[in-house]
Parts: sequence; structure tokens; C-alpha cells
Amino acid sequence: MTKALSHKGKAMSFECQDGVIELVLHRAPCNEIGSLSLDELEVFARAIESLHEPVHAAILYSDMKAGFCAGADLRELYERSRAMEKEESAKGVREFLERIHHVLNVIDDAEMTTIAAVHGVVFGGGFELALACDLIIADKTARFAFPELRLGLIPGFGGIPRLKRDIGNAVVRDLLLTGRSFNTMKAQQIGLVSQVVAEGEALRAARAAAAQLKKFDHQTAVTAKHFIKPIPTEELTREIDIFCELFSRPAVQAGLKKFVESTDAQPYLP
Amino acid sequence: MPTAEKTLDEILNLAAAHFKVPREKLSPDDDFFKTLGIDSLQALDLLTKLENHFRVELPDYELQGVTDFRRLAGRIQARL
Repeated sequence: MTKALSHKGKAMSFECQDGVIELVLHRAPCNEIGSLSLDELEVFARAIESLHEPVHAAILYSDMKAGFCAGADLRELYERSRAMEKEESAKGVREFLERIHHVLNVIDDAEMTTIAAVHGVVFGGGFELALACDLIIADKTARFAFPELRLGLIPGFGGIPRLKRDIGNAVVRDLLLTGRSFNTMKAQQIGLVSQVVAEGEALRAARAAAAQLKKFDHQTAVTAKHFIKPIPTEELTREIDIFCELFSRPAVQAGLKKFVESTDAQPYLP
Repeated sequence: MPTAEKTLDEILNLAAAHFKVPREKLSPDDDFFKTLGIDSLQALDLLTKLENHFRVELPDYELQGVTDFRRLAGRIQARL
């Protein structure tokens, strides 16, 4: 039996039982990733990096009704950047991106099979968190999008390089340049989602997959994963640079302000 | 292909069932954000339900400015 490993936080909790780690996101309203979530994701990453016994699988899922994760915490980003001088703000953004990139690279490269069990909103940084995982199992309520362009930005948590790794460039361009969202059926058609299940069944299906993975030799599974899923390091580094260049423009502050102060019924529509 | 009226009727039925609102309280020209009391994330949830039901793909930017059931039905009908 694997040694117990657990964390109970404000944004997420995780526990390892019998060779499977389950990480549950539980920060209202929809697991927006700000400094609190990043701190706790780093706890998770350190736990993965310091494992002394083989862990076969990790399952990432959300307890929030609205979905898996709505992406970066734009309110926090706006408030922080507004309170800082331009140079200080740019430095803070770069540091945040480097930290989240490290966490997602650890998840991406983990010596176990990682499964994102998703439902509802899987937007922006939430989509990027799912893309760092080896398998995405989605229920029929899931919706995927990269809405960053409407803020004058590109996805900053490794989204484009990881999406390009998995699916065709034409679909990447459609998602990125239009900011549109698409549903689970479309996600499966284009090869992004490996299993589609009924509403509320993603976690059960992920647990069944994790139980199957445990039947195989751990080292073989790790070798196979690293062979077929290299981390696009160069593009990820370039992404941080591009994001920071874009972030320094006034259009971004205006876009963030518009989103944060919006009373429009449709701020999530592109 | 269903008629536009049938599509509209199915949308009203689906919306009523999904958001647990009496069907008779929904009219084709209602602002569904107000009538259903939903926000944009719930509207996307409704869009997913409709796409699955009608087996269509409707880019959400086509829904920008669409707030009533009748125009929503028109957008879906155009994809059937």
C-alpha cells in the first residue's frame, strides 16, 4: 500500500490511496486560478516530485457545479496590476507565469498517468490544466474555450503549445482566434477528449481507468508516456515572453477592466 | 428537418426542464436571461444541452446579442 499523502486546502485538496492520487478543486465560484490556487498547486507539484513509491495515476476533478475550472482569476489579476507600477506589475506577471508553468510541467511530466475528469466550464487556464494531463475524460456538460484574445492576450499557462501537441493546427487557430467554445462531442471528434460519459459520470470513469492502469508495469507505463508525450519546452518559454509583451499594453488593462466591471449578462461569450 | 416552430417549441421545453421553470411561463420572445434568471455561464450550459439535443455545433459568438428564444431557435434552425 502506498504511504498516505494528503493536503486539505482552501482551493483544493488531494489524497493518495493505493497508488492513485485524487486532486479535487473546490474554490468557488469555478476554481479560478489566482495566487491561492497557485500556492496549493505548488504543494501538489512538490508532492508529486517527492514521491518515494510508485503512484500509478492522478485524477484531477472539480467539486464545483459550474465546472472544472474557469481559468485565471481575472479579478485578482486586474486588482493587483492596477495597484502596482507598470514594471512591478510586469515582473509579477512573469513570476506568476513561471511558477504556473513549473507546476504544469511537473504534472505533464509526472511519473504516473494523469487524468483530468472534467465537466461544465473548462476555460482558459482550466483548459490548460486539463491539457497538461495525459487523458481527458469529459461528461456531456463540458465546454472548452480559450477566451484570452478578447482581453488582448494569448493563453499563458501553456495552452497553445500543449493544444498543438494534441490536435491539428487548424482547430487550434479556430479556438484561439475566434475565442469560441465547443462542447464535449466536438472535443472528442478532434481527438482532445478520450472518453465521453454521461453527466456526472466523469469521476467514476476516471477511477475505472486508474484501476485499469494499476494492472500494468509502472516503469513501462512511464517510459511509454515520456516517449509519446514530450514537453514542448521551447514553445512554452516563448509563450511566457509573448504573454508578457502583450500584457504590458494598455489594451489589456482596458480588457480586464471591462470584464471585471461588466454587468453584461454575457461576459463569458466571445 | 423539423420546422422552425417545432425547433422553438423543443427549445422552450428543454429550457423549462433544465432550469426547472414551468413551461407555461416561457414565451418565444422572452429574454431568457431574465425569464430563466441565468447568467452567461448558465447560458453556455443551455447551449451545450441544445447542441447535444439537436446534434448541431453552434459557435457561441453567433449568440452574441441573442437574448430571446425565438432568435435562438433561428440560429439553431440554420444549423439543422
